[in-house]
Amino acid sequence: MSNKMKLSGLTDILKDLDVESLEGVTIEGDIELDISGGGGLNPAMAYALGHEAAQISLHVANIARMLGYPVDQLFAASMGGLPQAPVAGQSRIQDLIPAKFDVSKMSEWATPIQEVTLGATSADGGSRKSTVTLGGENALPYYFDAEMPHRNYVTMDVFDMPIGMAKSVKGNYEDVINDPAEWAKKVVRDFNADMVTIHLISTDPLINDTPAREAAKVVEDVLQAVDVPIVIGGSGNPQKDPEVLEKAAEVAEGERVLLASASLNLDYERVAKAATDHGHAVLSWTQLEINAQKELNRKLMKQCGVPRDSIVMDPTTAALGYGLDYAYTNMERIRLAGLMGDEELTFPMSSGTTNAWGARESWMKESPLNQDSDWGPREYRGPIWEIVTGLTLSLAGNDMFMMMHPTSVQVLKEITQTLYGSIEADEIDITNWIGAEV
Amino acid sequence: MKINSPLEAYKFLPGTNCGECGETSCMAFASHLIDRSLKATDCTPLVSEEKYKKKYAELEALLAPEIREVVIGVGENAVSIGGDDVLHRHKLTFFNKTAFAYDVWDTMDEKDLVERVNKIQDFKKFYVGDFLTLDMIAVRSISDDPAKFAAAVKKVMETTDFPMVLCSFNPEVLKAGLEVAAEKRPLLYAANKDNWKDVAALAQEYNVPVTVFAPNDLDMLKSLAKTFSENGIEDVVLDPGTFPTGKGLRTTFQNFLKIRRAGINGDRDIAFPIMAVPLTAWMAHDDDVSASYWETVVASVFTVKYGDIMILHSIEPYAQLPEVHIRDTIYTDPRKPVTVDPAVYEVGSPTADSPLLVTTNFALTYYTVESDLSSNGIDCYLTAIDTDGIGVEAAVAGGQLTAAKIKKGLEDAGFDMKEKLNNNVIVLPGLAARLQGDVEDETGAAVMIGPADSGRLPGWMEQNWPPQK
Repeated sequence: MSNKMKLSGLTDILKDLDVESLEGVTIEGDIELDISGGGGLNPAMAYALGHEAAQISLHVANIARMLGYPVDQLFAASMGGLPQAPVAGQSRIQDLIPAKFDVSKMSEWATPIQEVTLGATSADGGSRKSTVTLGGENALPYYFDAEMPHRNYVTMDVFDMPIGMAKSVKGNYEDVINDPAEWAKKVVRDFNADMVTIHLISTDPLINDTPAREAAKVVEDVLQAVDVPIVIGGSGNPQKDPEVLEKAAEVAEGERVLLASASLNLDYERVAKAATDHGHAVLSWTQLEINAQKELNRKLMKQCGVPRDSIVMDPTTAALGYGLDYAYTNMERIRLAGLMGDEELTFPMSSGTTNAWGARESWMKESPLNQDSDWGPREYRGPIWEIVTGLTLSLAGNDMFMMMHPTSVQVLKEITQTLYGSIEADEIDITNWIGAEV
Repeated sequence: MKINSPLEAYKFLPGTNCGECGETSCMAFASHLIDRSLKATDCTPLVSEEKYKKKYAELEALLAPEIREVVIGVGENAVSIGGDDVLHRHKLTFFNKTAFAYDVWDTMDEKDLVERVNKIQDFKKFYVGDFLTLDMIAVRSISDDPAKFAAAVKKVMETTDFPMVLCSFNPEVLKAGLEVAAEKRPLLYAANKDNWKDVAALAQEYNVPVTVFAPNDLDMLKSLAKTFSENGIEDVVLDPGTFPTGKGLRTTFQNFLKIRRAGINGDRDIAFPIMAVPLTAWMAHDDDVSASYWETVVASVFTVKYGDIMILHSIEPYAQLPEVHIRDTIYTDPRKPVTVDPAVYEVGSPTADSPLLVTTNFALTYYTVESDLSSNGIDCYLTAIDTDGIGVEAAVAGGQLTAAKIKKGLEDAGFDMKEKLNNNVIVLPGLAARLQGDVEDETGAAVMIGPADSGRLPGWMEQNWPPQK
């Protein structure tokens, strides 16, 4: 004979055992319980009831076990003196504590970085097929706080005369080294450059002292040869550069080039005026010093009247192993200050990533120190040196990279666009990466 | 840490200015507690005297970093990871360089394994007065065979004292490894949603740090970490999964940012060191060069942003050199200048007819000048004068670079111009031109003024060297 009973009726009896939430579960037993009786129980009845309750609790415990509840711990605890809590080191954790991950966005990043557009299409009075817009960020790059409006861009270096280059760089340019226009074509056509930088280094009085007017012809050639936006760089000679950039700005009228550079150690007013007179943007270059950068930007805006949408900063790129620690933090601080509202620093940034080729690790055949481990082939070392230098600064907030090696350009574009979110790839299942045969 | 001013720390110190810590006052000591150049344990009275017991405990709690510091390994090769207090290095600096573990696996034959371990432990690259080196060996179980895994772990231990990461999702395999290596305090990798009970039991039984792995599931990651730490397993490392390409990599990057921001902002349940596994790049690329490149790129991203430990595969120098350099870059304190030892350095192979150039001991200046010279094949002597790590222009203005300093620098270096040189000429940086007369008077040498930018030294040399008699 089998009797049925509702567990809900046992709640009172079982509450010492802390069994809960089993209401509605029906179990079968071989006992009959009557707990509806009014007054007190007589001792014999109480004993019998206790016995029966214990029997039922065993059934309940078995069910609870099947449902995964840690019944034995429970009994042990409620029995007080009996089996004690397990000794440390042998305890088994039974339950995962549920948790919800949550993190807030940065509320203090309230000021967007200024957008600066380089290049002008026919609609804007130029002859570029496309333009490039830098800046516009509302957060550090690739952060989840805000989408980045524009990806990073690469402008590849072209020189107006043959220069000394690391061997693995030179190999790519030997056929065009005497022809800046062909060189420019090659970097756009073959190496996927977003822009071209023409460096007029032959104008340096210590090199060829090429007259500014003659150098400007090279700029015209490059503008003819490619239809991407261009950057025009001088030789770095502070006496000669203003004149060179003036002439270059004149012949590039309407094309909205970036003039490189205005700096505190030359007549930046002339460079700024050349830019504003002919509708170009200006690169505000300082050396690893946030206050100098503020000072120069302020002078360009207030003293020279350069519009905010025509300033790009170059706070200097020191190569990996050669000061990148300062360059990284300098850029990161500048970007953070800009996002937090420092109006003198809310401009996009450019990096002379090519400086990485000055690091001996990028070009030297082997380590000059015999204590060093083998450095391996420099053909592979050089490009990755340029990539890591640029990549690091991209994470600090840099928007545009001046680069030289085709492999570096390709990989840097791939990683920055991956982080930016525009590269689709097959999802790799990493759940069992430990066992991967690699 | 919960406090950020020396005054707050001072309240917990004896205030006796006893000087046992080497500082002149308790306040000076307090300021070093805040910049973490000294520890509370450096205050002998605080640690040893009964009456300070409570204050000591309180102070230690206040000084504990926001992100838990986890020690892996034992002895002098042990590595500490985590322990950071800030999101941006200029605010305090980052502590405990990212630990680099390179992998071996239990299906390697013994000779190859030993050779690979030796290569990893022998790697070194000279940089600013010291060698950059690697840290750890990660032993992966490909076989899933406990005996094979134990044998591989044993072989690694016989070959190196580097700390280890024991990698398997099979608790039996991990247990076999622990039986061999537990006393070396390896890092267990990893507890996941399926095996976590068994792996937690192993971490408790053998008292070792443990990684929790929940690929792209931050709720699960936090849940595992919280469960472990609330049950007394506090040395936890978080692996949110390193997806090596495309949107997966972008998500991985954002997961790292989220975890660290939450931890620094005070979410104790997730304030643990983070692991990246750039090795997964090898699952996405077939040829070794592409895989090594991408692995280095992924490693660089997570060295810059919050990876505290990583597991890597490529031991090609072109992958490892940038990896060790980017790590040094990010973990160098940006708040104080790095210097080189004051000395007269030989660049190339100088002779008695070579020039003697002067620069400062600010590492950045020194290495810029040095590389401008060496990359242009200029043989010379280059003197780094002790300017307290200040660059030329500022040091001339501030009086750290003077004629007397230059004379002393040459003397201290034991550089006798008459004996070493035929020319008796010192070349000053262009930015130090105003010292010309003083240096001539002080040293008796002829002084030439070089260019303001060392990038122009090659051109300058062509025009000015050797000097006209």
